[in-house]
Amino acid sequence: MSYSEKVIDHYENPRNVGAFDKTEQNVGTGMVGAPACGDVMKLQIKVNAAGIIEDARFKTYGCGSAIASSSLLTEWVKGKTLHEAQEIKNTQIAEELALPPVKIHCSVLAEDAIKAAIADYQAKQSKEA
Amino acid sequence: MKLPIYLDYAATTPVDSRVAVQMAQYLTVDGIFGNPASRSHRFGWQAEEAIENARRQIAQLVNCDPKEIIWTSGATEADNLAIKGVASFYRDKGRHIITCKTEHKAVIDTCRYLEGEGYEVTYLDPEPNGLIDLEKLAAAMRPDTIIVSIMHVNNEIGVIQDIEHIGELTRARGIVFHVDAAQSVGKVAIDLNKLKVDLMSLSAHKVYGPKGIGALYVRRKPRVRLAAQIHGGGHERGMRSGTLPTHQIVGMGAAYEIAEAEMVAECDRIRILRDRFLDKLRDIPEVYLNGDLLQRVPHNLNLSFAFVEGESLMMALKDIALSSGSACTSASLEPSYVLRALGRSDELAHSSLRISLGRFTTAEEIDYAAQQIRQAVNKLRELSPLWEMYQEGVDLTKVQWSAH
Repeated sequence: MSYSEKVIDHYENPRNVGAFDKTEQNVGTGMVGAPACGDVMKLQIKVNAAGIIEDARFKTYGCGSAIASSSLLTEWVKGKTLHEAQEIKNTQIAEELALPPVKIHCSVLAEDAIKAAIADYQAKQSKEA
Repeated sequence: MKLPIYLDYAATTPVDSRVAVQMAQYLTVDGIFGNPASRSHRFGWQAEEAIENARRQIAQLVNCDPKEIIWTSGATEADNLAIKGVASFYRDKGRHIITCKTEHKAVIDTCRYLEGEGYEVTYLDPEPNGLIDLEKLAAAMRPDTIIVSIMHVNNEIGVIQDIEHIGELTRARGIVFHVDAAQSVGKVAIDLNKLKVDLMSLSAHKVYGPKGIGALYVRRKPRVRLAAQIHGGGHERGMRSGTLPTHQIVGMGAAYEIAEAEMVAECDRIRILRDRFLDKLRDIPEVYLNGDLLQRVPHNLNLSFAFVEGESLMMALKDIALSSGSACTSASLEPSYVLRALGRSDELAHSSLRISLGRFTTAEEIDYAAQQIRQAVNKLRELSPLWEMYQEGVDLTKVQWSAH
């Protein structure tokens, strides 16, 4: 598999690796995928009072393009409103990383991950209210 | 030490330079370039002599009669000829074939093809260590079973099947026994005079010979019949037509002669390297060896590094050439069918690396590879949500995953 330079860069120098405390009120956690399928992404966002994503973290079990897709996504969501982050499409990720066709599912998984993280954050807020 | 390091000898081997030198003498105008089937001149006679010499070299290594060796383009063609040839010739005797789920695709796909042609195939499950339970094999044999095809050494996990005892079972029932020995010849002693094997597929390029040449051993006593699959000029006693590639055949013969002389010492040397390698990885937690450790050629290690995906692991090991059972390294996006047949979870199949050692592997290379693997596994585990959960004590089998 020959990857684009961007994939290799994200793979070799992944951005925003790590974890937030998932019990915190301002943290949303999305975990998607399955070990049996060969990829699991955990994406976390920290949201401020104005509804803007201040920070993001990820951990990914998967191939190089799965790691790169989630790393890129953490860069993209920072500074975005929840609504803007919700609008990120897998095709944008696939295009930015020049993913080969067999790896498109990695970008789909990344889109699922941010949607899951936002949903988790929103569920926490509605429970609070 | 030269980078990258080659640790994929089970995929193919380089041609030994002693072999290449000999091959080069059978190509050009000042060499022996004649068609070995030309009976009317010296060019042909010399080429034929080279072919028959190589046939003796092959026969010598596996202890059979040179007349029992049929040249093919490789082990895949030999597997096809053996299984389709027997199925076709004995079709009125029976239509049942037995093989194993961990066979090479050259056998599995040939059997699948025959299923479409009206044959019935039993695909045996191996035991969790990769070996076949002889009682289960015997129980699968029926009056209409015409052929049993079981490989000697597995290409992914290196385990050695007990072909000696399988041969006793098949011979007693008058069933033809075919063995794919592509991964065993030159690594394990083979004595076809003693073994009750009827057909054996051989390859050159796994034994430091050239790609594109192999052979099928076809037993003469008791005689095994085959229907030819490639028709033409009637070469190889009608079993496989096509002009013989003299330089390839000379190369295979030379490679087998070297294997016979050096096999025992080479295996000892490789076993020491293999043990050194395992020793250096021993303290990494959650590493699993796939396939039996003892009933195994020392050339092969197949390890699953839990919580790390195989393709990303190979990406980190960019100076080391090896293979993975991960789906992401295959065109089909399915993890290794061999590891799955052992009952390994898909997750462990995704996390596997096949490391295969060979003639030119050095201790320095082994040390470097072990150190690189250790670093890569540590790095990727830091990135892995599964490793995090494992360390928090979460039972990953109890988690509700969203399969996709």
